[in-house]
Amino acid sequence: MSRSSDDNNNISSRGEEFLQIFKKGADFTHELLKENERLRYRMLKLEESIALPDDDEADVSHEAMQLRLKIEELEKEKEEILGRVRKVEEENEDFANRYVEIEEENNMLANLYIASFQLHSTLDFKEVLQIILEIVINLIGAEEFGVLLLDEKTNKLEPVASEGVSTSALPSIPVGQGIIGEATESGENYFIDSMTGYQRDFEKPLVCIPLKIKEHVIGVVVIYKLLVQKDEFNSVDYELFTLLAGHAATAVFSSRLYSDSERKLSTIQGFIDLLTK
Amino acid sequence: MDVYKVLVVEDSPTMRQLIVFALKRIRGLRIIEANDGVDGLKKLSSDTFDLILTDINMPIMDGLKLVSMVRNNPKYKEVPIVVITTEGAVEDRERALALGANEYITKPIQTTQILDAVKRLLSL
Repeated sequence: MSRSSDDNNNISSRGEEFLQIFKKGADFTHELLKENERLRYRMLKLEESIALPDDDEADVSHEAMQLRLKIEELEKEKEEILGRVRKVEEENEDFANRYVEIEEENNMLANLYIASFQLHSTLDFKEVLQIILEIVINLIGAEEFGVLLLDEKTNKLEPVASEGVSTSALPSIPVGQGIIGEATESGENYFIDSMTGYQRDFEKPLVCIPLKIKEHVIGVVVIYKLLVQKDEFNSVDYELFTLLAGHAATAVFSSRLYSDSERKLSTIQGFIDLLTK
Repeated sequence: MDVYKVLVVEDSPTMRQLIVFALKRIRGLRIIEANDGVDGLKKLSSDTFDLILTDINMPIMDGLKLVSMVRNNPKYKEVPIVVITTEGAVEDRERALALGANEYITKPIQTTQILDAVKRLLSL
């Protein structure tokens, strides 16, 4: 009897133990469910917090895009401005070069004005020749040269003035003969191909400029040597030669005509005086 | 505006005209002309000048003699002198500069060269 009561007690205590364990299991399960719920809530919160930066990123990328566009626009503008600056600089350089050219041209015209003014300032034949010599020395830079005028009776060029060489040493040249004669016939300026190694030859000058009134040649200026500091002709010289040739020709022609008429006048006056006495 | 007096000594009327015409492009210059060295000296003694431009080859008195006489005159010891000449040899240049010339310009005449020298010497 006592053995069966012990067994009953044992069974009831084990049952209680089991109940205790079951309770603990139930509590644990309950706790797990709670934890699960808490974690799910946490996850939801986290998902929400993760979802928010997506919008921010969109904003940021939009802003970045706008900034990129702005940069591109500014880059374009910068290129455009740099292009304009380059263009202005080029224009400036052009203007500077043009200014120098105009200045040179202006100087040449001023010189030519003075030269023609001087040439037409007198009707004295010798004075005109002297002015021609001065112009060729000072404006062209010639050291040895001569002026030959056409004698229409003999159709020959006769030397009338010179610098650096004796006038009497210069030859008479028939029209059409040699470089000087041909230049007189054609009315075209002659320039030697190369000045290097040139040896003075009165019939082969460095330069021969016909003095023309329209197409009528009345004489020539022949150059044999340039000043030491002048080793070649520049573009201004060629223009100066051509323009000068016309002015010198009319000055020579009119002064010679005036001298002739003066001489004739005094001869006639002499006759009249003789007849009336 | 200051007025600077410039003496141009040159025997060739054409050349003298060319120089004077060029100088007239600088404002504030009063230009006096002389036919040769002696004429130049006369004008220097009767007036005061700020700059002298002279040729070398001239009758009666050449430009180098003029430069030397001007430099020996205490009144013009410091006045700048520009020589404009056909003589292009180095020894001619050295001689003129040794005598007291400040600038040595060779012909054919180049207006800009003359104007630059005058502006520089007068600090214009």
